[in-house]
Amino acid sequence: MAIITYREALNQALREEMSRDDRVFLMGEEVGEYNGAYKVSKGLLEEFGENRVVDSPIAELGFSGVGVGAAMVGLRPVIEFMTWNFALLAIDQVVNSAAKMLYMSGGQFNVPIVFRGPNGAALQLGAQHSQAFESWLSHIPGLKVVSPGTPYDAKGLLKSAIRDDNPVVFLEGEMLYNTKGEVPEHEYLIPLGKADVKREGGDCSIIASGKMALIAMQVADQLAKEDIHVDVVDLLTLRPMDVEAIRTSVRKTNRAVVLEEGWEVCGIGAQVVDYIQRDCFDDLDAPVVRVHQEDVPMPYAKGLEKLAKPDLAKSIAAVKKVMYRP
Amino acid sequence: MPTKIFMEALSPTMEEGRLVTWNKSEGDAVKSGDVLAEVETDKAVMELVARGDGVLLKRLVAEGTTAPVGSLVGVIGAAGEDISALLGGVQPAVAVNSPGATPQPAPTAPLAPAPATPIAAPVAAPAAAPQSAGSAKSSPLARRLAKDSGLDLGAVAGSGPGGRIIKRDIEAAVASVGATAVSTVNRLPSTVSDYTDQALTQIRKTIAKRLAESIGPIPTFYLTAEFDLTRVAELRAAAAGEGEEYRVSFNDIILKATATALARHPEVNAHWLGDKIRFFNRVHLGMAVATDDGLIVPVIFDADQKGIGEIARESRELAKRARDRKLKPEEYTGSTFSVSNLGMMQIEQFTAIINPPECGILAIGALEDKAVVVDGELAVRKRLRVTMSCDHRVVDGAIGARFLQDLRRLIENPLMLVF
Repeated sequence: MAIITYREALNQALREEMSRDDRVFLMGEEVGEYNGAYKVSKGLLEEFGENRVVDSPIAELGFSGVGVGAAMVGLRPVIEFMTWNFALLAIDQVVNSAAKMLYMSGGQFNVPIVFRGPNGAALQLGAQHSQAFESWLSHIPGLKVVSPGTPYDAKGLLKSAIRDDNPVVFLEGEMLYNTKGEVPEHEYLIPLGKADVKREGGDCSIIASGKMALIAMQVADQLAKEDIHVDVVDLLTLRPMDVEAIRTSVRKTNRAVVLEEGWEVCGIGAQVVDYIQRDCFDDLDAPVVRVHQEDVPMPYAKGLEKLAKPDLAKSIAAVKKVMYRP
Repeated sequence: MPTKIFMEALSPTMEEGRLVTWNKSEGDAVKSGDVLAEVETDKAVMELVARGDGVLLKRLVAEGTTAPVGSLVGVIGAAGEDISALLGGVQPAVAVNSPGATPQPAPTAPLAPAPATPIAAPVAAPAAAPQSAGSAKSSPLARRLAKDSGLDLGAVAGSGPGGRIIKRDIEAAVASVGATAVSTVNRLPSTVSDYTDQALTQIRKTIAKRLAESIGPIPTFYLTAEFDLTRVAELRAAAAGEGEEYRVSFNDIILKATATALARHPEVNAHWLGDKIRFFNRVHLGMAVATDDGLIVPVIFDADQKGIGEIARESRELAKRARDRKLKPEEYTGSTFSVSNLGMMQIEQFTAIINPPECGILAIGALEDKAVVVDGELAVRKRLRVTMSCDHRVVDGAIGARFLQDLRRLIENPLMLVF
C-alpha cells in the first residue's frame, strides 16, 4: 500500500469520482487556479477544465446556493469551504435548502451535494477561525455528517459522500492535511454510517472521530504500557451515528470516554453519552466522562490555546477516572 | 444531619487501610480537622481527620481491623441523633478484629447468606429494603451483577469514589463467599516466614487476567488422541542427514501439521467475539513459550504457507526473543489458534487453557516409545498424546474430532505436509 497524505487522499477521491461521473464538479474559493487553499484540488483544473473546477467569488451563501440548484437539476456538486468557519455565511443554504429540499418537495428533488472543508482548531488562528462545527451540523435532519481522521478513511468516505444521493457534510481536519497513512492502490469505498473499531481492548471504550480518533489511538498505545487496554471506536460518520458499534463496545468494557474537538454544551459527545445511557445503563460501572474544548472562545495566546484544547493528557486522565485508577 | 466517616485514600495507591488506633471515643466531641484515628496505608501510618463537627456517634471499625477505601468506618452527628437508618446495612466489623496482618482484604462478616428468593434483592424493590436508605451508591453494572449473583448490595463495601459500589467490589464479595469455611490445622512452630510476597509483574497480571477470563466463561471440553510419529521420526532423520539446514524438531513438524490442518478447518481456526464468531482464512499459529517471567505466546503468521524449515527457524527465533524479553507486541498478538508443548518436560498428557478469543488450543505431550499393536503384531512405535481444548460455543465435539482426525492423517503420513 502507498503511504500518502490526507490531502493527497482527498485529491485522489475527487479525481477518481470526477473521472467516473461527469456530473461531479468542484466549486469554491481558490479551488482552481490556486489549487485550493490547502492544495486539496491540486491539478484538477488542468485535468478537468473550468466547467468542472469552478473558482467562485468570495460569497459563500451565493456559491452554496448555486451548488444546491445544480444538484436539484441533476449535477453532483462538491462545494469547498475554505474553512467551515466561513461556512457560517452559507448556513442557510446548507440547513434550509440542501437539508430540507427532499422533504419539502414531497420527494421530488433530492440534493446530491457534498459540502466539504477544514474543521476544528489549528494553531493560533484566533477565536473566529478555530471552531469545530460537528454538533451544529449533526443537529439537522436531512444532513449526513462525516469526520474522517486518517487518509484511508478520508478517501473512502469522500468517494461514498460524492456518490450519496443526499447532502453530505464532510469535515476535514485542518491539522490533518499533512498527516500520512496507508491507502490501497485499488479502488475502495467506505460506507457512510459505519464506525471503525481501530483498537481492541476490554477495559474501556474511547469513542471519537476525526482528529480526536488519532488522539484516542495514542491513548490506547500509551495506556497499553500500564496494562490498560482500550477499545477505540472511530465513529467516522457522526450522523447517522453507528450506535450499534458504540453499544457493542461499551457492553464489553463497561466504561466509556468520549472525545470531541468542540465545546461541551450540546456537543456531539453529549449525543454519544445519551445513546450509551439509553442502551447500556445496566452495563456501566462508572459515569461516562467527556473530553472536549473548554467552554470559552478559543484563546489566541499560545499557552491558553493549549489549555483550552482537548488533548492526550486530558484523555488519559479521563480513562483512568472511569477505570478508578489513580 | 450526620457526617459519615469513610476510609479515605491516604496514599495514591491505597486500596485498603488498617485502623491502628482511634483517637476519639464514641461520645467525644469532634471538630472538623480533628484527628479521629491513625490509619496504616500501604506506605505509612497516616491521620484520618474529621470532615464535620459534632459528636463521634459510632465507631464501626475496631482497632487493628482493615477496611477498604471508601467503606464507612464511623459516624459524626449531633448528640443523641438517630443514625439507625444510616447503619441499617452496615454491620459493625468489630467482631472480625484480627491480630497481625491478615490477607483478607475486607471484613467477611457482613456478607448476607444467599437469599432464598433472589427476586427480593434490594435492586428490584428499593422501597422494601431499609438498608438501601442512606447506604452507599452503586454503579448500574454493580447492581446488575449483585442481582445476578443473588448478593445483598447493602452488605458490600464500596471502593469507588464516595464509597460507590463498583464491579470489582461485587467480584470480590462473590469470590469471598466460598472462602469462609474454617478448618483446624495443627501447625508446627517455625522460625521462617510462612510465605514470601512478590509484587505482580505486568506479565503475570496479564496472564492471570486473560486465563481467568478464559477458564471462567468459556465452556471448555477436551479431546485427547494418541498419534503415531514413527514416520515423522523417519522424515526428520532423513532430512537431518541432508545437512544442518534441514535439521528440525518434532515440534516444528507438529506446528506445520497443525497449521495445515487448521487451513482445512476454518471452523476451528476462529475467534469468539461475543456477538459473532470470526472464522479465519489465514492461519496465525500461537506457540506458548515458557520464560522466566511467565508464559508468552508469540505468533507464527501464515504458518500454513510456510515450509517446515521456515517454521523451525522462526519458532527458534521467536522462542529466543521471548526468553530475552525482546518480543514486540505485534509478535505476540493476532494468533488465530495456539499450541502448547510440555513434552520436553516429560509430561505425557495435559490440558491447556484457551487463549481467548481463540477457540482452541492444542496441548502436546511427550514423545514416547510404546508397545502398540500394528497389523496384529506387537511393535515399538513413537507415540505422542495431544489434547485439544475446545470452546464449545464455537467448536462442537464432532467438529473438534474431525480436525484431530485430519491432523492425525497429516502427522502419521508426514509426506503429505510437503504437498
